Amino acid sequence: MGLPINKEHLKLGLRYIENKDFIYNLKVVRRTDMRVVHYLNQFFGGIGGEEFASTGVSSQEGAIGPGRLLQQLIDGESEVVNTIICGDNYAAENLDEITDFVVNSVREAKADLFVAGPCFEAGRYGVAAGAICAAVSAQVGIPVVTAMAEENPGVDLFRQEIYIIDSGANVGAMSEVLEKMAKILNKLKNHQEIGHPEEEGYIAQGIVRDEILEENAATRILDMIIAKTAGKSYKSELTQTAFEPIPAPPAVSDLTNATIAVVTDGGLVPKGNPDNMPPIAAEIWGSYDIASLDDLQSGDYDVQHRGYDNRHVLDDPDRLVPVDVLRELEEAGAIGKVYEEFLSTSGLANPIANSRRLGQEMAKKLKSAGVDAVILTST
Amino acid sequence: MTAVTPVARMVGSNRVVQGKGIVYPLGDAEISNDDEKALRRDIVQQALDALSSEVSET
Repeated sequence: MGLPINKEHLKLGLRYIENKDFIYNLKVVRRTDMRVVHYLNQFFGGIGGEEFASTGVSSQEGAIGPGRLLQQLIDGESEVVNTIICGDNYAAENLDEITDFVVNSVREAKADLFVAGPCFEAGRYGVAAGAICAAVSAQVGIPVVTAMAEENPGVDLFRQEIYIIDSGANVGAMSEVLEKMAKILNKLKNHQEIGHPEEEGYIAQGIVRDEILEENAATRILDMIIAKTAGKSYKSELTQTAFEPIPAPPAVSDLTNATIAVVTDGGLVPKGNPDNMPPIAAEIWGSYDIASLDDLQSGDYDVQHRGYDNRHVLDDPDRLVPVDVLRELEEAGAIGKVYEEFLSTSGLANPIANSRRLGQEMAKKLKSAGVDAVILTST
Repeated sequence: MTAVTPVARMVGSNRVVQGKGIVYPLGDAEISNDDEKALRRDIVQQALDALSSEVSET
């Protein structure tokens, strides 16, 4: 069968084996160059949407979703060796457990780099990604990076501890965001200096560094004042803190005479959504009569909020606005009165300035109605 | 009242009560109706206790 084997064939065969060996060795080198572990939520991890938000943590070999592009963008031969996926609700409710799981996985994988996200505006995802990155950085000591929109609550919790690339809100910018993440990782692993936030695309950490400037402070501040007076743009050298402290209101002295109102950002509205409450970035709030109700009935309400699985609240709205229990307390004399309406909005992906306005408007109404205290329920 | 208390604290809330879960701050679909109502009563009572207690800045 076939051609008789001669010396040339033997040489070819030898070269083939050598090449194969060479390729094999290359692969071994590649696998040990830069090992990356990547954390994703259930959505970007390809498990599913909000209905899978309670999915527990799992770990898979290799890159998934955004990790595939990410590993190509990191310098040298990098490989996402492990992708850890967890549902947003599970992560938010079991943060310590998830953090330990990820730290252990990173150690076991002998990872050189750790990445979480990008999370964009997803709040639970951002909080989990930030906490996990901070833990990996502190406990394992390898470079970490995540990305989220500036409005993500994860930003203010973790911006000082880790580099958070500003992803903006648009998921369509995924590849540009991953490029920025890879760039900062490259610098971190090579121990290169990280530039200004605006150059590198990360969210300012509030670190003040010495810098030599040509002009002194007096000249710079005058330039700013002139620009400000002329209505031109200028850049302050001070960064503002996002949240001012809120003075604690005094305690309610006598609950048995107090009127208590319920406010929720969980998006509960009467069936048919009479005010057209949007399920995301709501600019309005509603006020709905409960004066004659002892218990909120399933079927009488809708939920306008796309950030959590609404089925449990639809099954029993008291799980969000606890009219049943408050009414019992009112009848027992433990509280004076349940305010005749509950106030509701959709607290999802809402810019802070807008949320603040909604809160102020609600407070004004409740104050003028003589409400003494508010229970705010938040999903 | 929320399951995600770090966010509540981050924005400066003065009185924060731990809710049961993100999908139901005051409920639990895994337990019986009676137990769930007792849980809800307990969480509301914690909120009332917080409202009637003076708090100081930390």
